[in-house]
Amino acid sequence: MIVRILGEGQVQIDDAATDELNALDAALERAVNEGDEQDFRLALAAVLDRVRALGTPLAADSLEPSDSILPRAEADLDEVRSMLSDDGYIPG
Amino acid sequence: MSVMKRVSLILKSKANRALDRLEDPRETLDYSYQRQLEMLTQVRRGVADVATSRKRLELQMNTLRQQQNKLDGQAKQALGAGREDLAREALGRKATLQGQISDLENQYHSLQADEEKLTVASQRLQAKVEAFRMQKETIKATYTAAEAQSRIGEAVSGISEEMGDVGMAVQRAQDKTAQMQARAGAIDELMASGALEDMTGTPRDDIQAELDSMRSGPDIELELQRLKGEIGAGSAQAIEGGTPEADGAARPAAAEQPQAGDGA
Repeated sequence: MIVRILGEGQVQIDDAATDELNALDAALERAVNEGDEQDFRLALAAVLDRVRALGTPLAADSLEPSDSILPRAEADLDEVRSMLSDDGYIPG
Repeated sequence: MSVMKRVSLILKSKANRALDRLEDPRETLDYSYQRQLEMLTQVRRGVADVATSRKRLELQMNTLRQQQNKLDGQAKQALGAGREDLAREALGRKATLQGQISDLENQYHSLQADEEKLTVASQRLQAKVEAFRMQKETIKATYTAAEAQSRIGEAVSGISEEMGDVGMAVQRAQDKTAQMQARAGAIDELMASGALEDMTGTPRDDIQAELDSMRSGPDIELELQRLKGEIGAGSAQAIEGGTPEADGAARPAAAEQPQAGDGA
């Protein structure tokens, strides 16, 4: 699967890692819902670190869409919340 | 739903909303390509803006460092003259300046990191735009409108995602440089108005004034001696040649050639 980290680019990851990443993603979601900045930071760093470690960067001229997209490493809780809210933050 | 999927869906649905309005899918290619070129221009401008902001900070840091060196020199001078109180004052101001310099340094490093990231992002986008352009020509030449649909979908959604990502990065960089420009402008204004100079120790500050007055003490004495000497010599000359008033009144024609009189 292809994962994009916003601000960093896309990586290709073996599908065998899907379960592991889903678990980290679920932990991140819990942290966002619970609203604890510290937990959120740790959870975000954990999933990003794992994606970077497992992934191979896609070529710069690749036009393939990603299967999943993750917030940038510096994003804080508010930024991710507003990104996930419908009216969002992501320019259309 | 998970964070990864939600971010992905939102990014894609925003991109698709703009493209769904077009009737012939091949128009989508040209429309998207135009947007890509605009975004590329915007990213490059963003890189240039960040660089300008960074250079401005660099200039301000240099100015403050010069003022720091000056305060350091003043402290030494004051100590040399036995004025520990004045030296203490100068060092205190130097420490205050250090706080401002550290603040500017942090901003500087943060801008430097942004500049590097945006540069990489702009190179990545450029590679993708070029790949898209080639694919666009192939699709237009080879496929009918109906056939092209799915291929266009793939090519466009891949690059739309990149555009969304880069767009956010540029937006953030623009917000940040705007803030920094405002702060840098405020510091420049303070420097121009002299408010910062008074505070940080430049020509008009009180430390320099005291040091100057101490140093000028002996000079003033010497100057006074010199002036007294001149006046003494002048009055001796006047006695030799008679009083100037009497001279002028007696021989008005001589006033037209004062230099000849002086030389004699």
